Parts: sequence; C-alpha cells; structure tokens
Amino acid sequence: MGFNFSENGFNQLLESLNQDYQIYAPVRKKNKDSFSANDLITYDLIKSLEEIELTVKSKYSAKEIVFPIRETLFHFVEGEQFIASDTDDKYIIFLRPCDRNAFKRLDKIFLENGPEEDIYYKRLRENVKFFVIECTSGFDSCFCVSMESNTVEAEDYAAFLRFEENGVSCEVNDQDLAVEFSSQAEEIKFEPQFIEKNKVEVKLPDREKLTNEVFEHQLWTEYSQRCIACGRCNTSCPTCSCFTVKDVLYDENKKSGERFRRWAGCHIDGFTEMAGGHNFREDYGDRMRYKTMHKIYDFGERFDFDMCVGCGRCDDVCPEYISFSKCINKLSTIIEEGV
Amino acid sequence: MSFNTKKIKKNAFRITKDREVTALRIRVPGGHINAKYLSLIKEIADEYGNGTLHITTRQGFEVPGISFADFEEVNKKIAPILEGMEKEIGVKIADPREGYPAAGTRNVSACIGNRVCRYSNYDTTEMAQQIEKNIFPNDYHVKIALSGCPNDCIKGHLQDFGILGMVEPIYHQERCIGCKACVDNCHKRVTSALSFEQERVLRDEKRCIGCGECILQCPTNAWERGEQFFKVVIMGRTGKKNPRLAKPFLKWASRDVVIAIVNNVYDYIERHIDTSLAKEHIGYIVDRTGYPKFKEEILKGVELNSECEIADKINWNGYQTGEKI
Repeated sequence: MGFNFSENGFNQLLESLNQDYQIYAPVRKKNKDSFSANDLITYDLIKSLEEIELTVKSKYSAKEIVFPIRETLFHFVEGEQFIASDTDDKYIIFLRPCDRNAFKRLDKIFLENGPEEDIYYKRLRENVKFFVIECTSGFDSCFCVSMESNTVEAEDYAAFLRFEENGVSCEVNDQDLAVEFSSQAEEIKFEPQFIEKNKVEVKLPDREKLTNEVFEHQLWTEYSQRCIACGRCNTSCPTCSCFTVKDVLYDENKKSGERFRRWAGCHIDGFTEMAGGHNFREDYGDRMRYKTMHKIYDFGERFDFDMCVGCGRCDDVCPEYISFSKCINKLSTIIEEGV
Repeated sequence: MSFNTKKIKKNAFRITKDREVTALRIRVPGGHINAKYLSLIKEIADEYGNGTLHITTRQGFEVPGISFADFEEVNKKIAPILEGMEKEIGVKIADPREGYPAAGTRNVSACIGNRVCRYSNYDTTEMAQQIEKNIFPNDYHVKIALSGCPNDCIKGHLQDFGILGMVEPIYHQERCIGCKACVDNCHKRVTSALSFEQERVLRDEKRCIGCGECILQCPTNAWERGEQFFKVVIMGRTGKKNPRLAKPFLKWASRDVVIAIVNNVYDYIERHIDTSLAKEHIGYIVDRTGYPKFKEEILKGVELNSECEIADKINWNGYQTGEKI
C-alpha cells in the first residue's frame, strides 16, 4: 500500500508512532564528532522528520541499537545469577538498503550460527521494525551494487520511504502500522527504487581460485605497514559482530558483580590474545587478511551471501586512508593473474 | 632629512642600520591571510622596497629597503590591507590611508587551528582576530599567541599571554569497547591522566590538560567532545634580561574570561609602567608589582566560570646570566 505525506502529515505520523515505538534514525549532532567543529552523523532517537539526516552517510550504523556496544548479560550475587532485565520497548529503525541487509548478516551470526540462538540479540531484534530509506544515488565510497545489497525484498521492511522536497512517499507492508499510515496520508501507487550503479565497483575474487597460497602474498605486507590497528573499520562496520565477555566484581562486595559483553574487533590489539599471553595474529597485515577473508569469503562459504554489504564506512573512517574496496579489487587481480 | 622617529615607529616602520632606509611591518592577525593580499605586498616590495620580504616570527611580513622619502606613499598603498585585514575584523582605524596607527601591541598570532588541524580544539584565527579587534591599536608592548591545543605549536609559552585550547572530554562507558587506545596514548604522549580499572576508563581531572587526544583516539566516540575551554600561560619571554617560559595562570577558563583578562591588561600596564624606559614589556612590570597584584587587577570585574582554576602563586625562574655561560 502506497501513501503520500506532507511534511506535517509525516510529523504527525511520527508523533503517533512515538507513543508505541522508540524511533531511531541517522541524526546530525552539531560539533560532536572527534575533530572539533565537525558534526557527528550517527543513530539516535528522533521525534520529527527534520531531525533525520539524509544528506550524509552516518559514521556508525544502526547495529548498535540491536547489538549494543556494551551489554550486561547477567548479574551475580553470592551464588545466584539474574539475567539482565529485558525491556518492553519496541523500535523503529530508519536505514538504507545496505544497512537493512547488514541485519540479515547479523541475524545469521546471532540466530543461525550455532545450536543456540543468542537470546540477548533475539529479544531486541524481535521488537524492531525497519523503515527503509530509499537510496538511489549513494555516496562516494559505496559499493553495495557489487555486494548485491542495494535492494531489499518487500518482506524485509515494514515501510519503504522516499524523502521528497515537500514530504514523504512510502509503501507500508506491516499490517499493524497500515492503519496509522492511512489515517494521516493520501493513498498513492508506490514502487521502491534502488541504486543500480555505484561510483565504486568491486570485483569479487573467484572463490574456487582462492587458496591458502594468497595468505602469503605481499598484498598483506603493504597493510602491515599502513594499518595502525585503531579498529575504526570494525566499529563502523554494520556487520562486524565479534564481542568479548568480561566480568566485573563490584568494589563494595566482591561476591557480586556482572558479566557483560562488548564489541571486539579483529584489527584491535588483544583480539587474538590467549592464556599465557600468546597472540597468533600480531601482524596488522594478517589482521587485514583475516577481516577481508571473513567479509568476502568465509561467511559466504557458510551462508548464502557475503558478509560485507559495501556500505563503505570502513573507507570513510580509516585514518590511514586504507580502502577496503580497493583491497578486494587488488585481491581479485592477484587471483586472476595467478598468485 | 628630518622626521619624528617616534611617530614613524608607531606607524610600523623601523629605523634601520642604513641611513634613510626603512622597513615596513605588516600585521597578519591570526596568522591567516587571503592570498590576494600577497600580490599587493609583492608590488610594494618591488616598487618601494628591494624586492625581498622577511617573514616575521609573529606571522607578519616585513618589507625592507623602503626609502623614508616614500613612507607616506607606501601608507596609501597598503590601505587595502588595513581595510581588509584590520577594519574588516572590527579594528577601529580612522584613516586606512595613513598606515598603521600603532605598533606596540604586537600582531596576535595563531597556529593553523581547527580550520585545518585535527588536534586543534577551536578556531584560533577567529579568536585571535577578536582579540586583535579588542586590543589594537595600542602602544603598550603586549605579545599574545593562540594555540589550538596544549601542543602549543605557536609557542605561546614564549609570549606574555599564551592561550591554549582545551576541551572537556566526557566519557560514555556504554560506548567503550575497552581497547585502551585513549589510556595508552595518554600515558605515552600526554600526562597519564587516564587509567583503566574495573573495565572502564577513569580520568584524573587534576592531571588532565584537556588536550582532547582521548576523543581523537576513540574508535566509537565513547569520548564525547564536551565544552571548549582554555589554558592561559603568562609572562614567558625571550630577551636579554631573564628569559623564561610562561607559566600556567588559568586552566579551564571560558572564552569570555580569556577575552576579559586580555582587555584588562592595558589598565594594569597604565598604572604600573616605568615611563623612564622607552618601552617596558609587561613581564618586567609583573616582576616589579608581583604576581598577586597582577592577579588582583587583571581579574577585576571578570566573572570567572565555575570550572576555572587560577594559579595561587607563580614562580617563573627562567635564568639569569652569571659569571659562567
């Protein structure tokens, strides 16, 4: 079902949705990025259309809403444990097709990657409705088309929105929301549009030809020199899903405390540290290789699609100007020409 | 040739080694210049000077080799510079065709600031220009320089007032991934103000210099860029008598406080300057009145922000030349 809203009408819709949902969208936080006087574009709660930042890509993805950076798993006191409390909150997340597809990757990892579902992810994820932002021109570093994450199936969104000069056109699939939408807008015919060509194109290496020999290639040595292991590529990535688990014992009573998990990243020191201080991936180039293989090979071997969605955030945030899309293309050339 | 040297020196011309030859100093407030003025300066150097330019330590230009006979003409020629680089930023200049109205208060210099530099906590040029507007023209000898961060690339520690940008870093534990990039960096390159305990970062406010490095290091924006503040270091100097580095006077001062104290310094000089000298630099006046008197007078009428810390005592040390080197 398609609808057209005036700006006012859409704001009324948001107001009414806000009664039942926490609404997250990319926003602009004035002067809040790391460098002074730069704005931070990131996900936060919104109440109105005007707060949504649509002109620039967000630095971080919507991942942190469903997979929080730091999340308490359970509390313990003396011999007893209590699962960290759940909320009844329901969420609406505004996001572009690449980021919606990133959640498909997260779903695989947290819900289908082992004998058990991840209850912490699941209980948040179940309460999320996705509002996909139509994205037909993308940004300079995007390569979603190459990663086949430029389109979204109708079943994967509650609503699909086209932001126009004087309002919003959209399609609604979610029956719970259809009433809210129809009461505020006029009905129209709506056909979602998707980007068909990015400025950056990536050629994925032929899986069959990818062998362990490429592990030793000097391609990775270049990154040993260039990468500084800051981990920004991991933290900005909408599909990086590694975490580490820690316990904290409270000062006041050392028999009580909490177990929490927090994001870990394969580029960051300590990721491969084991008992006895052994570290099997010290070299930064090896970390780049590991990440690359996971994003465009290993994950795809296990599931049906590659992990990387081509959002290009890792390129945008790398302080050393390392480009992941360029790395994939270099790898493909090497594979084509024979290692 | 006869002229009043005192008048001409105030006009930013120098009495040089060579009889009847002068050099003109051109101010560049905030150290940033629209490139269009460079062609005008080149023209003056070619037409009236000897075709060379000296880049001054205070980020100005000095045009040598000008004949004293031409100084009025040169003044007319630099009118667009006074219009565009001084009047435009609010400096009161009665007639831009008569050259610089004063030379005592030196060009307010600044590092490149946050228009370019990643470390800078504010726009140094913009604030330098505001200070220039407030204190220039003035005959008293005061040197001020602004740095974007405590790296102090402009060498504010060698000025009467070194104004260094600070930022309050606000930690959000819920965004912290415990990578310790901030802690390691603070330990290696800054003041070891950060530590990692109980899986969270602690900041020792006494040690923290507000440089903002932790904010820059963080891969998740767990360190939020909070309010902007300033550290003010005072009375550093080179010179023949007792050279020394400036010492901290204010920490976590607001911009308004910094602007206000700089404005107040002229009344203090007026009251205490030794007029028997051709010019007395403010640092020597403070040596004579003592820091407590300086502090009392410079803070008169200034409403300090609640975060602002003030030095109780300052001992500049520096060195005196004795019998041995």
